[in-house]
Amino acid sequence: MELSILTICYLIGSLTFIIGLKMLSHPESARKGNMVAAVGMFIAIFGTIFLYQENGVGLHNYGWIFGALVLGTVVGTLAAKRVKMTAMPELVSLFNGMGGACAALISVIEFGHIAALYSGEHPDQAAPTQGTLLTIFLGLIIGAVSFAGSIIAWGKLNGKIKDFSFKGQQVFNLVLFFATLAVAGYLVVAIDSSNYLLFYGILVAALIYGVLFVLPIGGADMPVVISLLNSFTGVAAACGGFLYNNSVMLTGGILVGAAGTLLTVLMCKAMNRSLTNVLIGSFGGNAAAGGASAAGSQGAYKEISISDAAVCMSYANKVIIVPGYGLAVAQAQHVCHELEKLLEDKGVDVKYAIHPVAGRMPGHMNVLLAEADVSYDKLIEMEEANDEFKSTDVVLILGANDVVNPAAKTDPASPIYGMPILEVEQAKTVIVNKRSMKPGYAGIENELFFQPKTSMLFGDAKAALQKLVAEIKSL
Amino acid sequence: MEAILNWAQAHIDIIYIVVLSIFLGIEVIGRVPSVLHTPLMSGANAIHGVVIIGAIIVMGKVEPGHYVTLIIGFLAVVLGTLNVVGGFVVTDRMLEMFKKKK
Repeated sequence: MELSILTICYLIGSLTFIIGLKMLSHPESARKGNMVAAVGMFIAIFGTIFLYQENGVGLHNYGWIFGALVLGTVVGTLAAKRVKMTAMPELVSLFNGMGGACAALISVIEFGHIAALYSGEHPDQAAPTQGTLLTIFLGLIIGAVSFAGSIIAWGKLNGKIKDFSFKGQQVFNLVLFFATLAVAGYLVVAIDSSNYLLFYGILVAALIYGVLFVLPIGGADMPVVISLLNSFTGVAAACGGFLYNNSVMLTGGILVGAAGTLLTVLMCKAMNRSLTNVLIGSFGGNAAAGGASAAGSQGAYKEISISDAAVCMSYANKVIIVPGYGLAVAQAQHVCHELEKLLEDKGVDVKYAIHPVAGRMPGHMNVLLAEADVSYDKLIEMEEANDEFKSTDVVLILGANDVVNPAAKTDPASPIYGMPILEVEQAKTVIVNKRSMKPGYAGIENELFFQPKTSMLFGDAKAALQKLVAEIKSL
Repeated sequence: MEAILNWAQAHIDIIYIVVLSIFLGIEVIGRVPSVLHTPLMSGANAIHGVVIIGAIIVMGKVEPGHYVTLIIGFLAVVLGTLNVVGGFVVTDRMLEMFKKKK
């Protein structure tokens, strides 16, 4: 009876995951979709706790289980509620790492568990099969790689960890990867579940591999990496599904594994790059060289004063704002919205052009602007924006750099060559707000800043916008 | 060869689930607009937190007195809960901001 109810719980769980993912991919239903999946997860988790049985025996250690659930819930909720909007990508990466670690720990316990079986502690139970060992090792390796990689990605996004690579790293990574698989394969084929030394060797090797896999990849590509690691964790969860013959873990894990892989590819497409290029091309390394060579070719740029910028924008017919990471770090989205309203009151047509990878993650900028109450239909996507720039009087660039760099179209030697950009240089005037002339995230010079129609408005995005707003009000 | 066939025969329902889930996973998010990439990734991130069920099963089967196993299991459940709860809450926070203005 209990077990058949549990089966139904798992069925409901699996269905909600599918429906939830479907709803998450449409703007109107996304929030409900997230809720639906959360409810399904709740049912599956509590169903397991109260209804799970093995050989007629239910689960015990309730004190420990509920203690862990409460602790995880409190910490998780606080972290998710307190985090600043700009730091969200990091947090997602961190949570992903937790899931990977959880999968790896399950494998650690199960390996010890079946080792005990094998040594005769429970002679009544069957010896482990190759299939069991295989799923244990897969869960261990994938979970550990995902954990270590996510922690590095987290560190990179918040600037604690710098890019690092050494000569022959790719060869070393490959050797390490295949050596780990070979040792695991050997243990599976030999049905050896008592060799702890090799088992922990595999764990350590997988952790090192995860670190070395992410370290050389540039910070700008972290979203793609996180998305990939996300699908890894999905597969690791599915391994748990195999191990316990658990349908909800299996469907949930495989769904995320497949959807995550597709999402990774879609993200790469938005940047017009291939996945191999992101993973092996080591963006960061090449870009440093490109930056150094381009640095010599700096031309003259001109500055614009706050009052000139204010006049210029107030008397324009159409202004397009291009927000970038600079706006996000300065938390300037609210002032930005205020500026938009002021200009609208003066009869200026104001829009926001959102590059697919503006900010640090696809869609990141939309989230930030939505937070500041900017209406959804004011945000236009790249293709539409590129049609509108021709008829635009002023483009105001707020802390964006690489996404408006014409080198992506004109200079085949540039590391961002081929990335679709916002063609702001088609507008009549371009005002660029930046903190300094320092290059953007990809580490390359931007010739847009030296064009005659471009003028620079230096300063923190929030401070500069506040002054602009005050100036326009007094006009 | 025979071993593989026997294995496939014994696990055919699981193999069906895996194959169909892969297609479903790809199909279901196929037309996502780039605006929703980040929330979708975050939501998927919360869903793979389903691994916590494995951690709960492991934990619930540990014999009393095996403290090392209990502690590792405890850690696994805490991490899994962080993944699930944190993942869903952070996704909700992101999506809350997509609300249309009246």
